[in-house]
Amino acid sequence: MLLGMADDTDLHSVFRALADPTRRFLLDLLFERDGRTLTELESELAMSRFGVMKHLKVLEEADLVVTRRSGREKHHFLNPVPIRLIHDRWIDKYTERNVSALLDLKNQLEEPS
Amino acid sequence: MTTATDPATATTQVYRVYIKATPEAIWTAITDPEWTNRYGYTGYSHYDLRPGGALKVVPNEEFKAGAESQGFPCPDVIVDGEVIEVDPPRKLVTTWRMLMDPAMAAEGFTKLTYEIEQHDGSCSLTVTHDLAGAPTLAAMVAGEGEAQGAGGGHAWILSDLKSLLETGTPLAG
Repeated sequence: MLLGMADDTDLHSVFRALADPTRRFLLDLLFERDGRTLTELESELAMSRFGVMKHLKVLEEADLVVTRRSGREKHHFLNPVPIRLIHDRWIDKYTERNVSALLDLKNQLEEPS
Repeated sequence: MTTATDPATATTQVYRVYIKATPEAIWTAITDPEWTNRYGYTGYSHYDLRPGGALKVVPNEEFKAGAESQGFPCPDVIVDGEVIEVDPPRKLVTTWRMLMDPAMAAEGFTKLTYEIEQHDGSCSLTVTHDLAGAPTLAAMVAGEGEAQGAGGGHAWILSDLKSLLETGTPLAG
């Protein structure tokens, strides 16, 4: 098997997890403030507790969220490493430079003046 | 009791990577100075592996020259700390202070935990960095200064370590 193919299987669950807008929103919430509990995350979404749990489970299985217990509380942390692996393996150094120049341009154009 | 503004969890960063290697190989890559000089920010990490033992990270010549050419005077020890808990090849807890930058040095000691767990065919390595009272260092280890040449923080280090252990070479650069 090609070395690159092993990465593809590892990262399959990451792409699947990121494909859903609710799950991306949950990651954004943790990016904003890490270590939130289910109750805290649930309060930000118009969704049942069970629905939020299901999404968090998919994120945990993809390793985009790592949980830690402290006392009775379970805290959720954003793990950026799987996204970093995608970045480091697939984004060519030179492409990256061009992309960041384009992103700067996009940000400048979109900035409210 | 945890509130919406629980400071301890809000200032903790957690990183996890799966590596196809033995726990011993990962342990060595974290604690052996010849290994630590081969990935991430490089530099020789010297641990006195017993509770109360010292941690000192000494930069290599290339790193020193690079830092100085960018206008950062590079100290002889770039990170220091003290070993709190050591359980090879499973767990290592140390205090950790960055000395490269006066603002980060002034923030004092943080707490860094490495945990290695064996799974089917690979190991997980989890890095937990408790960064209470160290917002400048927190931004750096989160990789926020990468575009300014400050490196990609823990996520970048772990990606590079995975590459080194699985393929024998670090990522480009």
